Amino acid sequence: MIISAFISGLIMAAGLTISGMIYPSKVIGFLDVFGQFDATLIFVMMGALIVAGIGFKLMALMPKPVLCNAFDCPKKTALDVPLILGAIIFGVGWGLIGFCPGPAIVGVGLGLPQALYFTIAMLVGMFIAKQTERK
Amino acid sequence: MNASYIHGLIGGALIGLAAVILYAFNGRIMGVSGITSRLLTQRGQDTWWRLAFVVGLVLGGWILKRWMNLEIVLNASVWGLIVAGLLVGYGTVLGNGCTSGHGICGIARLSKRSMVATACFMVAGIITVFLRRKLGL
Repeated sequence: MIISAFISGLIMAAGLTISGMIYPSKVIGFLDVFGQFDATLIFVMMGALIVAGIGFKLMALMPKPVLCNAFDCPKKTALDVPLILGAIIFGVGWGLIGFCPGPAIVGVGLGLPQALYFTIAMLVGMFIAKQTERK
Repeated sequence: MNASYIHGLIGGALIGLAAVILYAFNGRIMGVSGITSRLLTQRGQDTWWRLAFVVGLVLGGWILKRWMNLEIVLNASVWGLIVAGLLVGYGTVLGNGCTSGHGICGIARLSKRSMVATACFMVAGIITVFLRRKLGL
């Protein structure tokens, strides 16, 4: 379980790096729909969704994961205010710099001081949200 | 079709592969915000694989920087980074996901919640960039 998670993390880092998603300028380029638009993120999502889409379809045929007893996926199906409000707040933060959690953490590994400041603030934000979460 | 798009497709495919590996072997959704926030605030059996994943992300970055000789230039104020980080941290926990959790895994699983969340954070991001450009920030 630990090894597979570690490998997943490594491959995720590789994917984020090769795709260019570790560069905030590329992300902002995608969000800059009315300005200097860079469509790269669309291709990143296409590549990811093709592989993950096929993968999840195939995994639905598995009775259980390889290394543990049950698949654990989100149970909620209804749309609610926290989902939408949270997504909007996240989107604003994302549009300010161009970092989201994955690229920021990889950025720490890349030795980017800005990624470290962002990540520390992100952890604080996560902690605050967890404290105020309804159980 | 330019080089950036091709790199995007290939890198994206690797992101998809990472998600498939974590779900196939560990039975868990590869949502970086969820993994990180739970690593931060929960203790238990799951702490170990979550830590391993995050170490993989960081170490992956470390290895790739050396291997690909990457140089990244980013002009951002410390305050901007702090505000953005706080918003991303808070928003991803409140909204139960981020670009990897909702945008990739959720959509791949045809989750309505994830499709709506993704649309919301993309629109919010687009409007934010638009306003920043307009205000010269």
